[in-house]
Order: sequence, then C-alpha cells, then structure tokens
Amino acid sequence: MSHAAPAPVGGKLVTPITTVLGVMVLAMVAVLAVRFVYGLGAATNLNNGYPWGLWIAWDVVTGSALAGGGFATALLVYVLNRGEYHPLIRPALLAALLGYLQAGFSVVADLGRWWDFWHIFWPGYAQVNSVLFEVAVCIMAYTVILAIELLPAALERLGWQRAKKKLERVLFVFVAIGVLLPTMHQSSLGTLLVVFGPQVHPLYQSTVLPLLFLTSTIGMGYAAVTIEAAISSVALRRPLEKEILGKLLQIGRGLMALFLLVRFGDLVWRGALHFAFEPSLPMLTFWVENLLFSVPLWLLASAAARGRARLIFLGAMAMALGGIVYRLSAFLVAYQTGAGWHYFPSLGELTVTAGLIAFEVLAIILAVRVLPILPAARSSS
Amino acid sequence: MSAIDFWLKTSRVAKKLETSDELGAASRRFGLPRRDFMQFAATLVASMGLPTSAFGAVVNALTYAKRPSVIWMQFQECTGCTESLLRAEHPTLDKLILQLISLDYHETLAAAAGHQVEAARRAAMEANKGKYILVVEGAIPVKENGIYCKIGGRTAIDLVKEAAADAAAVISIGSCASWGGMPSTSPNPTGASSVATVIGKPVVSIPGCPPNPYNFLSTVVHFLTFGALPELDAKGRPKFAYGRLIHENCERRAHFDAGRFATQFGDEGHRQGWCLYKLGCKGPETYANCPSILFNDCGAGAWPVGTGHPCIGCTEEGVGFTKPIHSLAQLKTVSPPTQFARPGEEQGQGATAVTAGAAAVLGGLAIGAGVKLANNLGKRDDADEKARGGKP
Amino acid sequence: MSFDRRDLFRLAAVAATGAATQAHARPNKTMPEEALGLLFDGTLCIGCRACMPACKEANGMPPELTPLEANGQTSAVWDAPLDISGSTLNVIKAYRDGTGEHKDEVKDGFAFTKQSCFHCVDPSCVSACPVSAMTKDPVNGIVSYNVDACIGCRYCVAACPFGVPRFTYDTPKPKISKCQLCRHRLEDGKFAACATVCPTGATLFGKVKDLKAEVARRKALAPGTPTTYPRGRIGGGDSYSARAGRYVPRVYGEHEIGGTQVLHLSGVPFELLDKPELPERAPAAVSESLQHGLYYGLLAPATFLGILVAAARRNMVAAGKNPDEVKKP
Repeated sequence: MSHAAPAPVGGKLVTPITTVLGVMVLAMVAVLAVRFVYGLGAATNLNNGYPWGLWIAWDVVTGSALAGGGFATALLVYVLNRGEYHPLIRPALLAALLGYLQAGFSVVADLGRWWDFWHIFWPGYAQVNSVLFEVAVCIMAYTVILAIELLPAALERLGWQRAKKKLERVLFVFVAIGVLLPTMHQSSLGTLLVVFGPQVHPLYQSTVLPLLFLTSTIGMGYAAVTIEAAISSVALRRPLEKEILGKLLQIGRGLMALFLLVRFGDLVWRGALHFAFEPSLPMLTFWVENLLFSVPLWLLASAAARGRARLIFLGAMAMALGGIVYRLSAFLVAYQTGAGWHYFPSLGELTVTAGLIAFEVLAIILAVRVLPILPAARSSS
Repeated sequence: MSAIDFWLKTSRVAKKLETSDELGAASRRFGLPRRDFMQFAATLVASMGLPTSAFGAVVNALTYAKRPSVIWMQFQECTGCTESLLRAEHPTLDKLILQLISLDYHETLAAAAGHQVEAARRAAMEANKGKYILVVEGAIPVKENGIYCKIGGRTAIDLVKEAAADAAAVISIGSCASWGGMPSTSPNPTGASSVATVIGKPVVSIPGCPPNPYNFLSTVVHFLTFGALPELDAKGRPKFAYGRLIHENCERRAHFDAGRFATQFGDEGHRQGWCLYKLGCKGPETYANCPSILFNDCGAGAWPVGTGHPCIGCTEEGVGFTKPIHSLAQLKTVSPPTQFARPGEEQGQGATAVTAGAAAVLGGLAIGAGVKLANNLGKRDDADEKARGGKP
Repeated sequence: MSFDRRDLFRLAAVAATGAATQAHARPNKTMPEEALGLLFDGTLCIGCRACMPACKEANGMPPELTPLEANGQTSAVWDAPLDISGSTLNVIKAYRDGTGEHKDEVKDGFAFTKQSCFHCVDPSCVSACPVSAMTKDPVNGIVSYNVDACIGCRYCVAACPFGVPRFTYDTPKPKISKCQLCRHRLEDGKFAACATVCPTGATLFGKVKDLKAEVARRKALAPGTPTTYPRGRIGGGDSYSARAGRYVPRVYGEHEIGGTQVLHLSGVPFELLDKPELPERAPAAVSESLQHGLYYGLLAPATFLGILVAAARRNMVAAGKNPDEVKKP
C-alpha cells in the first residue's frame, strides 16, 4: 500500500487565529527590543543564582526535545525501515525545524555577548571539554540538516523536479546524520547538568542523565508527532491515523518503561532512593514526572485503548507533559544554587516564550497551507 | 563645640536663662562672663548626655547647691590626674575648688602641710560625716600589708578604708585608682590595687591616664544636680563617658573602613592622617570619649590619635600599660555592624502575582486546549463506534 | 537482508561499550607546584572590610549602593554589596545569632567569612566554558577570565558550586566578573589587594604550599597560645603577635571538589557561613569523564553514523525507491 503523497492544504492565510498569533509574536519582538537595548536584566528575572532561566529551560532544552519528533520519526521510517509511519515524517520534520530554529533564536536572545557567538565554532576559542560546546555545534549542524531534509518539499512546490531527484539520491546521508546529531545533543542536554555537581538535587543529578534525556526525548518526539497529528486532524477535519499513532505510542510506552527502569535503577544503585520520600520541591516534581511518564503504560495497555483517538491523544499528552516537567524541573527546580536565591520568569520572559510558541504554530499553519507537508486528504475509510 | 554654641545661640531656654538673675548670680560665683558660664554649663550637660531640658537644673545646682566637701587622697600616683584638672579651663581649678566644691583635703594643692593638713582632713571628715565625697588618685599597694605607701605613718590601705567608711560617694580618678594602672603593671612588685578592691565596695571610676577633667566634673555636677551618681557600667565607669569605644567616634575611622593604614611613623599614610590601627592603636578595644570631647579646650585634633599617635588604651584594664604599645588591638566588635550582608542573603525575584498568573494563564490555555481536543476526539471515537455498530 | 534491527542494536551496543571501556575516567586535576592562593582565617578577621574597597580600587569596580532590607534600610549611600556580583569581587559577610555578642561562637555569636573566587584546582567554570574564556594558568593556577572570548552564555555562573562568576545583567554589553587574584598586579611585585590591606593577616597571600604549612602550624597551636601571624603575604616580612584562635577541625578548600587554592579557617562550622558541602570528586572531572567516555575518539558516534548511513542507504536508495514511497517491510 502506498500512502497518499503530501500536498498543500490551502485555505486563507489571515484568520482570527493567525492574527492573534501574530500579535503575540509582535509582543515578543517588543520585549526582545528592550532586552537588546538595555540588557538581559531589563527584560528578565535572570540573576546570578539562576543564570539560566525559562529561555534555556523551556525554549532550548524542552523546545528542542519536543522537536525530537523529527529525528525519532526519521529513525523509525528510514533506519528501521518502518514505512507505515511515513505520512508522519514531513510534519514531524517541519515541527522539528521550527523547534530548533526557535531554540537557536532563544540562545541568541539569551547570550549576553551574542555578537561573539561564532567563537564556539572557532579553533582557538572552541573548548571541546565543554558539554555546551558539543550541544551548540550539534544543534547548529542539525538545524542545517533539518532544512536539507525538508528541501524536497520546497523544491516540489517550486516544481524543480530535477533538483529534487538529485537531492533525493544523496538524502540518505543527511537522514543518517540527522538521526545521529540529535542522539548526541539531546543526551548532552542532560549531560549539561553533570558539571553542576551537588547543586542539582540528588534525585536528578546522575551520570545516567544523558540516557534519561535521550529516552525521554524520543518519547516526547513521538508524543509531539501524535499531538500534532491530532491537532491537524481536528483543525482540518481529517481522519486521525489512529493505527499508525497507536503503534507509535506502543514504542513510546517501551521508552517510558525504559526511562522509569533506568531512573529508579540508578537511584537504587546510587543509594539515593530515600530522597524520593524526603519532602522537597524536587521530590514533588520527581513524582509528578514519573506519574505522567507512567500514564501511557497503563492507559494504553490494551490494543483497544490504542485504537481510541482520545486515549491516544491523552497518552501522548501525558508523555509530552512528563518530559516538559522533567526538563523544567531538572534545570530550574532541582538546580539549587545556594541559600537565598529566587527566580521565576518575568512577564518579559513569559511573553517571549509565548511569542516563540505562537511563531511556531503560525509558521506551521502557514507552511501546511502552502507547502506539501501533510498527506493529501483522503475520504475517511 | 559648635553644636553647643548653636544651641546657646538659638534656644529660647538658653536666651531666657542668659538674662535671668540666676545666671547672673552663677556667673558672679564662678567669676565668668555670662556667656562663658553658659558654655561651661552646656558642656557639662552635653558630655553627660543629658537633655537640654536639664540645663536649667544644672545651672540651678551650680548656682545654689551647697558646695560638697571633697576629700582628695593621693597614693601610688604621678599627680597627672590633678595636673590635668589644673588645666581645665571651664572653669579653672581655682573656681572649681572655691565655688563648685569645697576641697577640704588635697596634698598637692593644700597650703598647709604635715600634721596640720592631716588634722584638717580629720576635721572635715568629722564635720561632713556621711556627706563628703572621697576622691582617690593613685593605686593602693597591698603587698607586705601596704608598707609601700604611707602618709603620716599610716598605710594607704588604712587611710582609704577610714575615709571611705563615712563617704557619701567614692570616686576613683585615673586608671591607677580605677584598676591599678601603671603601678600594677606586671610583675606588680607592690601589689598595686584599685580602690574598689581595697575598700570592697563599688566606687565610681574615672579611668584614664590622665582622665579627661570634664568626665570628673560632669560626674560631680551630676551628683550636685540630681543628688545621685550618673549611670555606671559594670566596671563602675559613668556610661556617658565610657559607653563607647574610641574606635566608634574616631575621626580616622573612615580610613580604617577603607583599608588605609599608616604602617610606620612618618610614612605616606601617617602623613596623610590614615588609621593608626596597624601601629598598634588600641582605640578598637578601649572605651572612652576622648575623640568626642578632646583635651585642653584647644580645638580639633587635641587628643592622642588626633596628633598622630596610636591610642595606648590608658583607660582600659588589660590594655593600657599591659599590652605593648605597638601590638595589634583585639577589635571589640560590640556586634557585627548592621551593614554586613549575611551568608545566604535573599536575592533574585521569585514569583509575583502577575508572573505566576501569566504563567498559569499560559499553562491553563494549553491544558484547556488539550482537554477540548480530547473531548473532540472522544466524540469522534463514539461516532466511529456507533458507525461500527459497537457499544460505546 | 544482511542485517535486521536486532543486529543494528547489537552493533550499537558493542560500539558503545567498546568506547566506554577504552575511555579512561579522568581523575581530578592536581595542584600546580607554584600555585598561588589566599588563606582566609575567620578568627583573625575583625570585620573592618578594608579588603572590599581595596579590591574595588585595584579592579576598577563601581560601588554598589544596596540597601540592606534585613536591617530596615530603604536607601543606601555607602558601598554595601549583599554579595559578590557583576561589580563586586570580594565580600566579607557576617554570620550572627541571637544577641551577636561573642566572636566566633555559634550561639549568641558572630563570625566573619569572605566570599571570593576559590581558584579551584579542577574548576567547573573552566570545564564548562565553551569558548575558552575561563582558563586556569598552568603555572600559578589562577583562574582567569577573558572578556574578548566570552559569549555571555553564563554556563560558568551556573556551574560554579561556590557561585563565584557573576554576570552584569544590567547592560547590553555584559561580561563576567570574578576575582582573578589581582593577576594584573603580580607583575609589579604587588599581590592581591585584599591581602595587601588586611590589617590582621586574616586574608593572607602566598604560595599554596606555604599557606598549607601555615594552616598546619595554626591548627597545631593550642587556642590562646601566643604566636606570630604573618601579614600581607607569606615571606613578606610583616607580622604581628597575637594569640592562637580556636578552629573547627575542617579546612575549607582542602578537599572540596578536589581542592582549591583559597583556603578558609573558621571558628564556627562552615555550613553556618553558607559554604556548600561538596564532594572530593570534581564535577568537572565527572562531566569530562562522561562526555569523553561517550565521545572517545569519536568512536561511538562514527560507528553509529556508519550503521545509520548503511541502513538509510539500504532503505532509501538501494531499494530503488523514492524516499516518499518507502516500501513496507
């Protein structure tokens, strides 16, 4: 069976929703203007106790993990040769590209001396012992790879069939790199915390952080793909690919089980399990995450449940939410820098984060309307 | 004394007093111009830390109080305390001993000598029994039953005990009388002791080598005015004079705080008037009001540190004549000054109603949208089930 | 087909374990022979804070007019930093309890502590910095900062367990501020300004090995014994006589995250002075061991990439299909 080829959805570009999203983006631009003219302190609540705030913890770490659907689906389709997931690949890649673009954008907004950003890649400045070096180089490279992976869609739209053919002949190399790079930097996003040492609560600080971040990223990626599919199916009044998504979440369940196994195994191994029962804010977030991660394990246990759109969606939401809470709390709650320090994102930081999400959604809406991203509509079977 | 001058020039109380009959009587009594007398009285009031409302009472006491009989005894001493009192200008000593008090016995100042003056002492003590003020200058040797200091064949121990028995108040003037002073310096061959130890009852101590005469005069005037001694600290020192460390009021304090120290006499820092702490200044562990009232009524800088010499801690037992002059003082911090940050000071901006609200709205929107979507999908599920004819 | 998914996993697992076993865990770095440092003896500190303005003067930093709200102040006219910050490299803080009468006592007492860079032997900031803006001098061990390399990512601020590198958030051209042991003064034969002005030698400059010998000497003295304290720097000639203090057994900085070049002695437990409890294993060493273990010689990524390329090629090209129409297995 061959899937329907992707095609532009069409429709009006200016709608009430796109207008609201546009306003949110404009608000973000205003805040960023303040940030670039007066400095980070004028727009954010960042301080020396919490030098990394919402923009890093959400926009970069969490945003890029939710964008992990791109590589997670590519892994499935191209490497593990599971062609049935193919209809998901282009929307996933688009969401990934936008996710990584907004992550890169947040990094620039967050960097104090952003004009020297190129130092990271420059021999003489580059410092290979730094986890951040690896993360930055990898993310940068992967964003380029994502753009290349999506290029066929643009070439198709432009009608440059020969260029598209040529590109497709070598695309496998980029696909392979496009799976490798996120594997590296998504795990390294967890490794970032290792150098913080005892500043990170023992429930979170561990040398298995890269593995935990990687497994949860792939799970979050599949969850994000599922949620996007659900949203577009409702928004565009199309049937949901329940069969594929159910299988996808079956893999997600495996990952969640692995995550929980590794997490608790590591706690037992390190003799830190008792912290899970000593009242503290990180303890609270720890259990919230574990609970959310375990939702797909029992909610989607039966094949019947995996056939129901609502449960598929809820399972995916729990998985994504778990990953979000895990990342936010690892970077902001479990990170305890010393007595007396407080941080909560300022209105400006929240505006920028909301604006970036709005930008992503806006871009996806516009892209699916003009580019061949989503599979052409079929009549409901 | 500019604050006092200012008060004298502006206060209505002062104006009224200056032209009053009382003040005329007082200034005649002390042989001072009205304005000078006013200044003397004001200085006393100020150095005792009394409110200006007490000014009238002080003037009244100075004018009309019966002069108390004072017995001034001198033992192991150098007469420095008397010398210092002799140099008081407001009033001069002659006014003090003739008008303010009745100095009935003072070995240095008495015109009489020998048995004659001893008889005068006994007579005064007899006449004012229980009412005279005993002032002791100098330490009292107690080794070998006090044979190291005798007057008229009697030991100092004997004399001071006798005089103290019937005194209304005992004032030990100078560090020797207050805590042993220089004669008690290790190895203390004569067993030089303070008056309080010898007589075994509390006394008012005016330590210093020499003490500032105003601290003594103020104590006497306080007694005259209120009929009671001023408030004392645990060591018997009037709190108005010995309540604060020299370090607290020192004009060089800013240099200390900024880390600007003279390290040798005559070096750059010394010439610039920097802090003398590193030269061994004992100001940080010595209680006295020297930097505020100064000496000799000759204006600013007239005190040891002001002239460039580190304080030797002459008023303070265990410091003056005990610690080497150039050894580092043990800084007495009454408590850490308020300007110190604490470890773990609160910093940064936590959640406010606005930011928490905004975050809650964003999260709520996302969750709300999710719930709506889930419901929508649920309806579809139901529709699918129905279409398939199965049970929902 | 030549290999299936199971083979793929097996291969990946072999590659990963191979890389992990080949990579050696990096031990903590060791102290340079001629390392320079400071000894802060809280029992000698008199709280004059002369070191704070001296530090500002030596490093050209502006005053911080912070009102101490804890003391009911609403405005301030003096330099009164709450903490080290973008414009303060050195702060003397005071622990106080109850009436705060007795120096170096826990109950109703007070004690002073200094906050400034510890110049770690194995610094987290140097390991974290992606652009070599934080470096450790191989000879004197001073951890210094190069603003021209810095990109302002603040990973060093987050990584330092002592909370030392600080960032200037209030300017569009920010930078990191941290104590660099007055390295700009060393050439002229001068040394750390804080130690230069300290009237009691509570902050003492010197080679770490000499400072450690001095620590051992002080701790061996019975409290109250008359002794001589060097002032300024060890071997500088200036000294004074006083009595030995009473110390808690621990020497802070001796073992913390593999040792630091700034050592602290105290009369009260260090946790009261907000000095964090830290392991002996340097987080920098843990992080680098992990990172280099995973990426040792890029073996694991290269192996993984080889597998991925082979699989992708097989599935996308060798099958002769348009990637849009990948065959169903």
